[in-house]
Amino acid sequence: MDSHILNASGCLDPLAAPDVARTLDIVVTKTITPEPRAGNPPVRIAETEHGMINSIGLQGPGIEAFVGDSLPRLARLGVPVWVSVGGFAASDYARCCAALDGDDRVAAIELNLSCPNVEEAPETAAELVAAARAATSTPLYAKLSPAQWDIAASARKVVAAGADGLSLVNTIRGLAFDPATLRPRLVRGVGGYSGPGLRPIALACVHACAAAVDVPIVGMGGVWSGRDALELLAAGASAVALGTVLFADPHAPDRIRSELAAERAAVGTEQTPTRARKLLSH
Amino acid sequence: MRTERLAVRGNEAVGPYALVRLARGGLDPGQPGQFFMLEAPGRVLPRPFSLCLAGTGELAFLVDPVGHGTRAISALARGDAIRVTGPLGHGFDLSVRRPLLVGGGIGVAPFPYLSQALGGPPALLGFRTAHHAEAASLVPNAEVVLDPTLVTEALPDDPGDVLACGPEPMLDALARVVPGAQLAREAPMACGYGACYGCVVPREGGYVRLCIEGPVVMANGTGEGA
Repeated sequence: MDSHILNASGCLDPLAAPDVARTLDIVVTKTITPEPRAGNPPVRIAETEHGMINSIGLQGPGIEAFVGDSLPRLARLGVPVWVSVGGFAASDYARCCAALDGDDRVAAIELNLSCPNVEEAPETAAELVAAARAATSTPLYAKLSPAQWDIAASARKVVAAGADGLSLVNTIRGLAFDPATLRPRLVRGVGGYSGPGLRPIALACVHACAAAVDVPIVGMGGVWSGRDALELLAAGASAVALGTVLFADPHAPDRIRSELAAERAAVGTEQTPTRARKLLSH
Repeated sequence: MRTERLAVRGNEAVGPYALVRLARGGLDPGQPGQFFMLEAPGRVLPRPFSLCLAGTGELAFLVDPVGHGTRAISALARGDAIRVTGPLGHGFDLSVRRPLLVGGGIGVAPFPYLSQALGGPPALLGFRTAHHAEAASLVPNAEVVLDPTLVTEALPDDPGDVLACGPEPMLDALARVVPGAQLAREAPMACGYGACYGCVVPREGGYVRLCIEGPVVMANGTGEGA
């Protein structure tokens, strides 16, 4: 079975790069919030030795403009669309999910429960999932932060609250200094760390959650090659999402897909992961 | 948008800068002021560069080795190959009647190609030192000023249609004196094609992506380049 390759939310604008979007099996939007957001002031990104940090701050048009303007154009790409939604309270998640409920242009909704660059909602991840679940029957993927001691426990709670699948993992908070001034390079100070340095952390999270819950997992975090993708699948992911590598190489989806096929063939079918669940997607 | 692996044809020092020449492959040189993302060997992210020269079958980039990525790119040698994506963004609007190129430091990078497209217009270039000013040899009809003289102090009374590229303070100062100027701006950029939202600049109470709306923008904030 071919494993789906997605983009990680916030790592591709399918409307700005439709040719890249069409090389993916599913496109995931940048996180949409109820109201429009300007995002954080620049400087927003900095490269580090083994990755990068970003503090974009959920810049976006708000759910109404998204549904009215972006979604019709996304639907015309001919690639299934998952919409990432976020907010600052359970009611924000419910409002976005209600606006997308029953819309056949939306194959699934990913709940960004773990943006490291904005204020956190006061509710727990499970409470946010429950609020979203009450607002929609569309498949829900809960995107969890790797910055927790027992991510398997979180996985059980969000699945019990109604999540149909998991997206693992979001970025983890990191800091980078300017070499000359020893001041933070990002205006907001910390940002979300992504790229190759996140890979072993993502593997551990996918591995722990796959043992804890029986739902499909989209694995992501520093995937740079077909081998990296295969390892996430071996850890229990059903599909793989590409993030930072898309910034470095717009052709990464095709390259990683063919590398993955070759790696699978080389490793042999008896080693091919069998746990993988089919993605739940309308 | 095209991405190709391009072979390095040569690398020459121009003052403190490196002029890195790549075999063009199937990439289009694009409009002057547009940019390319160049792989920086050993680094996670590529780096943005405007095209400096489009010799036959070549794309050449002027690189100031100031950080990890730019040092890796300026160390490239014949026989190496790097991934290159482009051309990207909006370049200069070339429908100008009396062009004057105004640049500072590594900001002269897009001018050789731009000057060619405009038939060798006058240029006013500012540099920190005489060593840096060796880059002026790449730009025809250039008048050079050295630190502490500022290009804004050397501007003619009626500068005409200003097309500029240089450090932020220089561009901001120019924008105040010549509101109609076209400015090629710079920002930290992860992807160069609208994916990362890292390179935003303020506009109309919000932020726009410089890689999509620019890198050439109008000084008075209206519209965009070509």
